[in-house]
Amino acid sequence: MRASEVLGIIHAQNYSSLSQGELTSVRTAASVPYGGRYRMIDFPLSDMVNAGMTQVGIITNTSFQSLVDHVGSGRPWDLDRKREGMFILPPYNTSSALTNHDSKLSSLYSISDFLKKSRQDYVLLTDTNTLYNIDFKDLFKFHTEKNSDITIVYKHGRTPNIQDLMLFAVGDDKRINEISVSSGSEAGMETNYSFNIILMRKSLLEYLVRSAVAHNATSFERDVIQANLQTLKIYGYPITGFSAYMDSLRSYYKANIDLLNPENRKLLFDPAKPVDTKICDNVPAMYGIDAEVKNSLIADGCVIEGTVENSVLFRDVKVQKGAVVRNSILMQGTVISTNSSLNAVITDKNAVVTPNKNLSGDESYPLFISKNSTV
Amino acid sequence: MARKNECIAMLLAGGQGSRLGILTKKIAKPAVPFGGKYRIIDFPLSNCVNSGIHTVGVLTQYQPLELNDYIGNGEPWDLDRSDGGVHILSPYQQIEGTEWYKGTANAIYQNINFIDKYDPEYVAILSGDHIYKMDYAEMLSFHKEKEAACTIAMLEVDWAEASRFGLMIVNDDGTISEFEEKPANPRSNKASMGVYIFTWKKLRQYLIEDEAKEGSSNDFGKDVIPAMHAAGEKMVAFPFKGYWRDVGTIDSLWMANMDLISPEAEIDLDDPTWKIYAKSPSAPPQYISDKAHVQNTLIAEGCEIEGDVNFSVLFANVIVEEGAKIRDSIIMPGSVVKKNAVVQYSIIAENAIIEEGAKVGACEKDCEPGQWGITVIGENVTVAKDEVVPAKSMIGEKEEA
Repeated sequence: MRASEVLGIIHAQNYSSLSQGELTSVRTAASVPYGGRYRMIDFPLSDMVNAGMTQVGIITNTSFQSLVDHVGSGRPWDLDRKREGMFILPPYNTSSALTNHDSKLSSLYSISDFLKKSRQDYVLLTDTNTLYNIDFKDLFKFHTEKNSDITIVYKHGRTPNIQDLMLFAVGDDKRINEISVSSGSEAGMETNYSFNIILMRKSLLEYLVRSAVAHNATSFERDVIQANLQTLKIYGYPITGFSAYMDSLRSYYKANIDLLNPENRKLLFDPAKPVDTKICDNVPAMYGIDAEVKNSLIADGCVIEGTVENSVLFRDVKVQKGAVVRNSILMQGTVISTNSSLNAVITDKNAVVTPNKNLSGDESYPLFISKNSTV
Repeated sequence: MARKNECIAMLLAGGQGSRLGILTKKIAKPAVPFGGKYRIIDFPLSNCVNSGIHTVGVLTQYQPLELNDYIGNGEPWDLDRSDGGVHILSPYQQIEGTEWYKGTANAIYQNINFIDKYDPEYVAILSGDHIYKMDYAEMLSFHKEKEAACTIAMLEVDWAEASRFGLMIVNDDGTISEFEEKPANPRSNKASMGVYIFTWKKLRQYLIEDEAKEGSSNDFGKDVIPAMHAAGEKMVAFPFKGYWRDVGTIDSLWMANMDLISPEAEIDLDDPTWKIYAKSPSAPPQYISDKAHVQNTLIAEGCEIEGDVNFSVLFANVIVEEGAKIRDSIIMPGSVVKKNAVVQYSIIAENAIIEEGAKVGACEKDCEPGQWGITVIGENVTVAKDEVVPAKSMIGEKEEA
């Protein structure tokens, strides 16, 4: 299978009710900022392009303004093409049909025209609440070698707190022998769980989705995948490298802080598989005369005149004189004023902390300052 | 025929910039990196876009490959337009044979057809040699208001420095009464910035006349402007106030970079109303480790810093290992400064490697009088382990046998 024969479908939304709380109240999971200058969707998009895929559809439902603003015409990923490229697939209504993207199954059903007109024979489905940098070419090879009907990327470890998460028993030959679908209450169990990166023939997906909908089924995980375990060859592809599941503010916090480890950075930002993102034309970061920066990731446009330790600073963050930032994630445009101090805080975009404030969360429960708010 | 443009810009980017030595061995001067993420040409290009000029011809001649590649389709400056946009204009073959651009005026002369295609009223002639932010639209209004044939941007310089510049003696009404090219005893401190706006009909005529003139060097400053002045055309000086630097020498290039980290920086690159655009590399945020000390420094994305960096400008993807010390220096993209190496008062060009324990450059106080200067390490050069490169040296790539 050549990569150009694989159509990418990215779900920009979290369908499970459990998500990253306030982070996703103003935006899609796909446009959650990550790692100083990225958005979550940059990872699947870059991986698809790096593998050689040429056509990608992004399924959206609500609050996707920030997503559209971020991906634009697909230019940063060279997906602004005359032939194929990137397509945003919002719900739409016509005189004859009202589509809805309220669940993974219904959204896949509603994009059947897009699936049909795409020339690709295979489909690669991904979500955007997962973080990874996978060589999809390797996944395609695995799928072909195993003569697999459906290949699902999985990870072994403590399960995240996600509804409708598929848990697997995987044989030595990587065939998935058992699937259970979690209700979220099993979180923290040590097992194999789905990373929701799913590869299969396009015709198979179309058929499975159509028949599930015809039977009034509602769950992609139960009615499309689990229900067909006996009739189809379903294989598990173990994820390697740095990866994370964003199921809460805490896991979001940890996934950012984990980037301070050089090994993780090397895996996620492998120069052979570069991660591309929207260009913002910021100036380089400026370190002032009293700057004290230790073990931190700093993006362009930052101006640092205070102390920053063990933190991730997105673009255009200002840390003024005498301010102290520790163990924190500061999103784009945050301002920490003179003599304020922060520990284990996540600030959303353009938050302002006025002078002489003392804010502290805990690494297991970081304090969240919402978008555009002033403390 | 393209849609009519009121004003288009022609950017002279063919100069070698020989005073920049090995920095311009393989690239034209406008492609020289500046300020942590820019190249010199980003300044006039961004000024054009910010001034509402969306058709720009870039005249290249000397080592154009990297510059052509950098400009590409103009997308980083929003100059990828279906109407106008940026065009690379290199010398080309014609029926009469191939001609290099003989001078700045000849370069424009050879592209009269390009300009005519847009049928502009006015043409701005810019150079790719200077760091400045300027609204050419204001200058154009001034040109129209004065009903001039030629408007020259003018900057008042220190009297002590004046003899380094092309100077103008300007009447109270803004008209220029006399030109002086680098005079020993200046009578004016009003220097030409090398930014011109011409009424195209007039310029077109003088370019054709100049081309026909026997013995002309086909240069704007030496030939065309004096000829227009002698013929009594209205020449006016547009007063500019603000930061403007010629970065044509190693010292001035180093100095202009250092201006960016000065707390009294006269040039603000972080102005959202007048952004300077550049082609950005795709690199993760910079990482500053536990062992690093970074102060008074500008650092671009992709850098990994474990050493001490002070009063410096670091471009993208620079690696500074533990124990290394960088002071008062400029490190261009992709260079590596290994463990315990010391870099002072230096410019390190792209993808150079400073091996462990090497010492590059020196402080003025540690040098014999007259021996001090900025050290330059060329592109792809490796400075060996524990090697000492003294102040004011220039180390280029070894020639392939």
